[in-house]
Amino acid sequence: MSEKKLTKKDRVNMFLRTNLQQASFNYERMHGLGMAFDMVPAIKRLYDTKEERVAALKRHLTFFNVTPGAVGPVLGVTAALEESKANGADIDESTIGSIKVGLMGPFCGVGDPIFWGTLRPITAAIGASLALGGSLLGPVLFFLAFNLVRMAALYFGLEFGYQKGLDFVKHLAGNMLQKVTEGASILGLFVMGALVSKWTTINVPLVVSKVTTDGATTITTVQDILDQLLPGILALILTLVVSKLLKKNVSPIAIIFILFAVGIVGYGLGILA
Amino acid sequence: MGLSTVQIIGLVLFGCIAGMGSVLDSFQTHRPLIACTVVGFILGDVQTGVILGGTLEMIALGWMNIGAAQSPDSALASIISTILVIVGKQSISAGIAIALPVAVAGQVLTVFARTVTIFFQHAADKYAEEANFKMIDVCHVTALVVQALRVAIPTFLVAAVVSPTGVQTLLDSIPEVITGGLTVAGGMIVVVGYAMVLNMMGAKYLMPFFFLGFVIAAFTDFNLVAFGIMGAVFAIIYVQLNPKFAEVKAAPAVASGPAGDDLDDELDDEL
Repeated sequence: MSEKKLTKKDRVNMFLRTNLQQASFNYERMHGLGMAFDMVPAIKRLYDTKEERVAALKRHLTFFNVTPGAVGPVLGVTAALEESKANGADIDESTIGSIKVGLMGPFCGVGDPIFWGTLRPITAAIGASLALGGSLLGPVLFFLAFNLVRMAALYFGLEFGYQKGLDFVKHLAGNMLQKVTEGASILGLFVMGALVSKWTTINVPLVVSKVTTDGATTITTVQDILDQLLPGILALILTLVVSKLLKKNVSPIAIIFILFAVGIVGYGLGILA
Repeated sequence: MGLSTVQIIGLVLFGCIAGMGSVLDSFQTHRPLIACTVVGFILGDVQTGVILGGTLEMIALGWMNIGAAQSPDSALASIISTILVIVGKQSISAGIAIALPVAVAGQVLTVFARTVTIFFQHAADKYAEEANFKMIDVCHVTALVVQALRVAIPTFLVAAVVSPTGVQTLLDSIPEVITGGLTVAGGMIVVVGYAMVLNMMGAKYLMPFFFLGFVIAAFTDFNLVAFGIMGAVFAIIYVQLNPKFAEVKAAPAVASGPAGDDLDDELDDEL
């Protein structure tokens, strides 16, 4: 059996696709479909049987999110892992998933401040200052500067991640992979825990008590009490409940509709805001 | 207010581009600096477009989508305010006053669009079962149409009537319970994605790390870099201290097998 290898053309194709990373951004799995879209050239190249292709597509349709400009390295490493797997390396599905989720946190953490906190404000501010004087150079400069840096980060990030990813798998020996899988799961779970707290918003503004002392009114809501207990506890409970429901084969769409109903009814009754 | 048919078509087309740009957040065609300029060009007054774009851009400098949080929508705000300033002969400051409520309205629309897109994700799940690459691509790319329309339709309505009150009444006609409720639900729906990842990892005995991450995030302001580093440190320490891996080195024959069994064996040994 000949060695499976991604060609330069495949990687350029993947780079082009990353420019549309967020096309199907949705609140359920965010870049879930985007990641599968990016991986299509790799999966086509690396796997021949239908079963393998289906499995590969499915593992890249899971929840994913990263600053769009910073997806390159994550995609590169993921592609390298898939290539090694296709060539018989003992890498299981959850390893690839865990490493992807594990990289998501740090690359969001680096990508957001670099792209949204630094690159865009600076190029936009320079462009805007020129534009205020009526110069067409302002918008043109902003467009070119931002996109040049962004595309370079995507292309070279992907190449870098791909090479590093291959080296990484090559140097794995003995129980090393098991260690990495375990370690990656820990990193992934830890970051997911943080995300549940950071990226989920549930607010219960229901007033429990209204105390007036010396003219100052203190209003205590259900949310205040919950926040004193453990901030984000509702998000945590909801995540665990949904996880249980999914294990019982309740369809995610059904859960989403339930959440919509809960949102609208809760908002209507003033329980949720 | 006479806009030519060509101009209206131009505005609707650019509305599509800006709408797609706002979700992609790649090419930045949704940013005021670019959107106002292009709209100015279509309406034959680039100068005003550029100046309004520069002004709005400074206001919108901090509008960014971080994680699941949705920023005010600059795509619709830029296009509509530029139309009203140039065609409705308003001042730049009136343009800003129009832009801000439209940005909030656009935010509601984008939340709605990003929810509708869930259906594309699920359609792709079905095609994945058949390893149908072409349709996966189609699902991903056609999701952009939803985003294009969410800007193009209001743009068309404004371009056709050019009345700010018309826009307002249109938005007001959606009951507040629905818009508010959708925003509330939008904040919660992301847990479905988290739950799927949790189930995929399927390592129940590692769940303490999930709770640890949650608690640390709940009580600190650490950013995700900090969480990445901490997670990596915990992972390394866990692997280094885990007797499971130390044993394998001594007796390679006992390797493999599900981790749960190893754990049981260790417990048995100790008893």
